[in-house]
Amino acid sequence: MGDLDLSFFDWALVQNFLLKGLVFSVELTIVAMIGGIFFGTLLALMRLSSHKWLQVPAALYVNTMRSVPLVMVILWFFLLIPFLTGKPLGAEWSAVITFTAFEAAYYSEIMRAGIQSVARGQVYAGFALGLDYSQTMRLIVLPQAFRNMLPVLLTQTIILFQDTSLVYAIGAYDLLRGFTNAGRNFNRPVESFLLATLVYFVICFSLSMLVKRLQKKIAIVR
Amino acid sequence: MIEIKDVSKWYGTFQVLTNCTTSVKKGEVVVVCGPSGSGKSTLIKCVNALEPFEKGEIRIDGLSVSDPSTDLPKLRARVGMVFQNFELFPHLTIMENLTLAQIRVMNRGKEESIEKGLKLLERVGLKAQAPKFPGQLSGGQQKRVAIARAMAMDPMCMLFDEPTSALDPEMINEVLDVMVALAQEGMTMMCVTHEMGFARKVANRVIFMDRGEIVEDTTKEDFFGKPRSERAQLFLSKILQH
Repeated sequence: MGDLDLSFFDWALVQNFLLKGLVFSVELTIVAMIGGIFFGTLLALMRLSSHKWLQVPAALYVNTMRSVPLVMVILWFFLLIPFLTGKPLGAEWSAVITFTAFEAAYYSEIMRAGIQSVARGQVYAGFALGLDYSQTMRLIVLPQAFRNMLPVLLTQTIILFQDTSLVYAIGAYDLLRGFTNAGRNFNRPVESFLLATLVYFVICFSLSMLVKRLQKKIAIVR
Repeated sequence: MIEIKDVSKWYGTFQVLTNCTTSVKKGEVVVVCGPSGSGKSTLIKCVNALEPFEKGEIRIDGLSVSDPSTDLPKLRARVGMVFQNFELFPHLTIMENLTLAQIRVMNRGKEESIEKGLKLLERVGLKAQAPKFPGQLSGGQQKRVAIARAMAMDPMCMLFDEPTSALDPEMINEVLDVMVALAQEGMTMMCVTHEMGFARKVANRVIFMDRGEIVEDTTKEDFFGKPRSERAQLFLSKILQH
């Protein structure tokens, strides 16, 4: 074991190796969050519907996704697409689609709890005013569900950001890949992974502190 | 205006409504009372099909509420309803609560809706509260907003589901005053309530329910003067004692 040498870590390294990776990690997180919440909300509405033909497929999808390790889904999707279409999709696009589809299952459980947290009487009140089902959901139930669940949704997004490091498995250039390449380039893999851990920790820890503060604020307004 | 014919409803095997038949004519004020668990709240929720029922028929202005070809949202828009637990929308301001359905359901312009909202808020004495959120208002104020919200749709009749039961005693009168004024203006009303003072003052008829059945359906003079059924007598003696 030699001593740790962090001298290779400078602005040039950030520019040459890390920035590109960070941008992709953040992009992937944001796109998968927006897409995941959108499709997750649809899945939640399907599961809460009174129609069996909507309920069953949604439940099947959510439970399957939640029972499979994310890295498997990433790998399978990445390998399956060229097999099915004959053309590779590229690691980045493959990651975006996989993460959106995977996270939708988790966000849907959060949204389902959120929708159920809105009192039944609110639905009645919407109906009684002549709003139809979709208006009642869009204008009355979902805004309240979303607000009640905002801290949990954001916490899930922090987990999502951590999980983006798994795109490593299909060779997409994310933040972790940036650190890996830098470590290889300067022959300092241990230091590089140490820094990577630190950066992930700082980002996620400060975000969860922000969520905590937000939670307090929302609790007061309510 | 409202015709209820032979309506029965079950929760699983438990029958909550048994062959309920009655009607409310235009301009009439009908009070529905009875012990808790007697099915009166369920019945009034069946009227605008918020609760489904398995047997019988309910017609509002000639339209059957259980007929799949009836445009329910359109019909409900013309029936005002005030709930026991207010059910104001907590994420919207008082004014937005009043304008939401005017804009989305009646396709009224925004300015016209606000104007209408202000007029109604003034009427219930809450004009100054328009920009606030429901959580900032007292129970009595929220209830008056709920009445104003229903009135904003220019309803042909109003349904009240225990409008005063969730309120502190000192707030009951401010709500009843609004309701009495409405009744005196000739609004058709069906009202589930224990407020016998309200019934005495403005009701045309009183319906007494017990165990899912309509036991008495009579004029208020007859109901308070000489209730025929033992159950209604017992109920009245209990409720009028204090």
